[in-house]
Amino acid sequence: MTGPGEGAPLAEAAPEAAPAPRAGRRGAGPRSIASRLMENRWAGLAGLAVALLAPFVNATPYALSVMTSAAIFVMLAAGLNIVVGYCGLLDLGYIAFFAVGAYTSGVLSTRLGLPLIATLPAVLVVTVIAGLVIGAPTLRLRSDYLAIVTLGFGEIIRVTATNLDVTGGPSGIYGIPGLTGGPVSFYYLTVLVVAVAVVGAARLGRSRLGRAWRFVREDEDAAEAMGVHTYKVKMAAYVAGAIWGGLAGVLFGAHLSAVSPGSFTFLQSALVLMAVVLGGMGSIRGVVVGAVVVSLLPELLRDLADYRYVAFGVLLIIVMLVRPQGLWPARPGEVPK
Amino acid sequence: MSQLVWNGLFVGSFYALVALGYSMVYGIIKLLNFAHGDLYMLGAFVGFAVLGAAGGVSAAMALPLLLLVLMLTMGVTGLAGVALERVAYRRLRGAPRLSLLITAVGASFALEYGMRAAAGADPRVYPVRLGGTTLEVLGARVTLQQLTLVAVAVLLMIGLNLLVTRSREGRAMRAVALDPKAAALMGIDVDAIISRTFFLGSALAGAAGVMAGAHYGKIDFMMGFLIGLKAFTAAVIGGIGNIPGTMLGGLLLGLLESFGTFWLGGEWRDVFAFGVLILFLTVRPTGLLGERVTERV
Amino acid sequence: MNAPLLSVEGLRLAFGGVLAIDGLTFAVGEAEIVSVIGPNGAGKTSAFNCVTGFYRPTAGSVRLRGRDITGLRPSAVAALGVARTFQNLRLFGEMSVLDNVRAGTHLRIRQNVLDALLHTPRYRRSEQESTEQAHHWLDFAGLRGDRYGPARALPYGEQRRVEIARALARRPDLLLLDEPAAGLNHTEKAEMLDLIRRIREQGVAIVLIEHDMGLVMDVSQRVVVLNFGREIADGPPDEVRRDPEVVEAYLGRDADEAEIEQARASVAGGRDGGA
Repeated sequence: MTGPGEGAPLAEAAPEAAPAPRAGRRGAGPRSIASRLMENRWAGLAGLAVALLAPFVNATPYALSVMTSAAIFVMLAAGLNIVVGYCGLLDLGYIAFFAVGAYTSGVLSTRLGLPLIATLPAVLVVTVIAGLVIGAPTLRLRSDYLAIVTLGFGEIIRVTATNLDVTGGPSGIYGIPGLTGGPVSFYYLTVLVVAVAVVGAARLGRSRLGRAWRFVREDEDAAEAMGVHTYKVKMAAYVAGAIWGGLAGVLFGAHLSAVSPGSFTFLQSALVLMAVVLGGMGSIRGVVVGAVVVSLLPELLRDLADYRYVAFGVLLIIVMLVRPQGLWPARPGEVPK
Repeated sequence: MSQLVWNGLFVGSFYALVALGYSMVYGIIKLLNFAHGDLYMLGAFVGFAVLGAAGGVSAAMALPLLLLVLMLTMGVTGLAGVALERVAYRRLRGAPRLSLLITAVGASFALEYGMRAAAGADPRVYPVRLGGTTLEVLGARVTLQQLTLVAVAVLLMIGLNLLVTRSREGRAMRAVALDPKAAALMGIDVDAIISRTFFLGSALAGAAGVMAGAHYGKIDFMMGFLIGLKAFTAAVIGGIGNIPGTMLGGLLLGLLESFGTFWLGGEWRDVFAFGVLILFLTVRPTGLLGERVTERV
Repeated sequence: MNAPLLSVEGLRLAFGGVLAIDGLTFAVGEAEIVSVIGPNGAGKTSAFNCVTGFYRPTAGSVRLRGRDITGLRPSAVAALGVARTFQNLRLFGEMSVLDNVRAGTHLRIRQNVLDALLHTPRYRRSEQESTEQAHHWLDFAGLRGDRYGPARALPYGEQRRVEIARALARRPDLLLLDEPAAGLNHTEKAEMLDLIRRIREQGVAIVLIEHDMGLVMDVSQRVVVLNFGREIADGPPDEVRRDPEVVEAYLGRDADEAEIEQARASVAGGRDGGA
């Protein structure tokens, strides 16, 4: 499998600050060769190398386009992983932030004639506001209510984009300027941005904030008792997810030079969720692999188009029943030195 | 004005039927069954298949035949709901809520695209279309068939309410909803009660599916998606887990939508409905008839 | 006179029509150990939840060094130097033991999102400090098991230690322990008693809910007794154990003299399990 956009969690390679060993500490038990291979600090860099070398193997416009899409999908999965994997909040309308990013940059660049890069500050502001607006009323609620409200929110964004004139109605926006000269350079730019985004998500996940996210996921009451303001922490996860999704949306608009409501259906949200769940919620490497698999598999299974989504649905159930931690589970914490 | 009220009540009775299943399942195992709307879709397609197999139908026979098909479909979707619970949800009853929710999303996905693979992506035209004579009731145009459908919906809801409040089964259901462990200790077969709850809820959704097919004339594999969301909204408005509340919520949402559409235009109908949902969740998350409970640690 | 570390006044808590707590008043001084005892359902854990912000009391006030903290959210109460454990262990099960205890250091870690994204020296330093502290409190609590595996993999008694280490890593002035010895065997109980004493030597005041009367009488400076939400006694252990109302609460109103005598002996001698 060529793995474009396997953005490397470079941060994994950074040595953890390790205090001198003390009596009474034991390392994790014996691990299988496979898991040691996967936890190897170079796995991330190897993934990046594969992504960078892929165009030398196949650089047809079609292959480049597929690989660029896959890389953007990896960024989406990394963003959703912050919300679902780290913080345990089920967001079923994640694609809405993708839409907000794509539409904000698309509208500003085509209506005002701005270069795409100049729309980034506005994209950040708008996606953060979108995250706050949907998060503020819902993050106080039970987690399952959140799931269905985000589902509704995804629909609201799509319907609104379809109905408004400024977003071009059902046919969307055309003629969005690119970010680079050609498809090859755009592919490399995308891989770079996505790699940074993946490393950023991984670093956030291991920081004070990232631990707080996981405390909330594991036990909200216990987290509160330790001084974690759970509402703010959940909001931070939501906003971070929104930013990742929004920036991926900018790449998406630049890639296709057009956006339309049809790209932002529940199906898309479900596919991103699929990538996160399949790879392993909370495990950045797993999620990257999951995203590459979910985005490339349909390309390989074109003949089975009718059945592939059925298979995805069934697979979601099977993963939850048989291996809820995903194919490549997250570690419980840092590895002893 | 009265036309808007009538339209609202008519659509609202569909919402209420679907919302009931949502609400009952939530009440008993605290699961938002995302696949519930897809059981409504399944009901519409089962009805479609049975009616198609029955061949040409004379207009005079349409209604009795439809009622027969309705019963049959309710059985099928009811069993589908039971199977879903058995295969996907039962083993996860003690698992984290997130796992259960994701499983429900998977089930919804599998049902939708399974139907697409089986019946195609294009909408199907229902073999029975209820047109018919228009009556004038208090200034609203009402067809006899609409009245019949509403009557059927109301009868189903009354029947359900009697079952839950009066029968031994219903008492057991309420006991399990309150405290599954205590119910089990009192000798109630919790698994069987949960299965029956799924059967009832899914049967009602299936009935609503057939009725919607006959009324709107067109069905497709995604038709359950929106109604699932709307039904949840209705359940939240009335008080999720509360049966009379859910019925009330369905009718209320129908009315709100009817008036909202009138004021804002049809293209904003769904946005309006979700706006109402978010408002309710913010202001009164327990719904109109739901009890306020102090969250305990 | 200085305000006491914790003072609870006229606390009432109603769930619907049921009064879980009906007028509770007590105070805890610096580095003092106060036990709250009473039959099951007497409102002990509810009182903890009111003090730590998990419940908003219906009436009454909770003050910390004179400052009114009634109705603050739990994280705000924690930030003021109050830590707690839970009756049914509430660890972050899938996370490592070490990360569990690092939760206690959450408010002391000085780093922002940019530090985390760029791995600045400040980030490395704060992470290292947090890890060191977590190891320190695990050592203090006497954890023997694996610190890098998931917390749920530890045996029950060890999980109790982790929960206490987590609370201590918060560096509280006041620690609320909800039945820390429940489910522990004889040796483990003795070690818990020792741990509680050592915590107090660190200058931490402790409020203890416990059913093991031996442990309670041994370690407490004062004992508060609750029955059906009402406070029926507050005083030094010796006084409380002779209080007829307390004995009656533990045995019921119809107890005859011999039974009361027997109960008095068992309360005095220390008894295991639920009362």
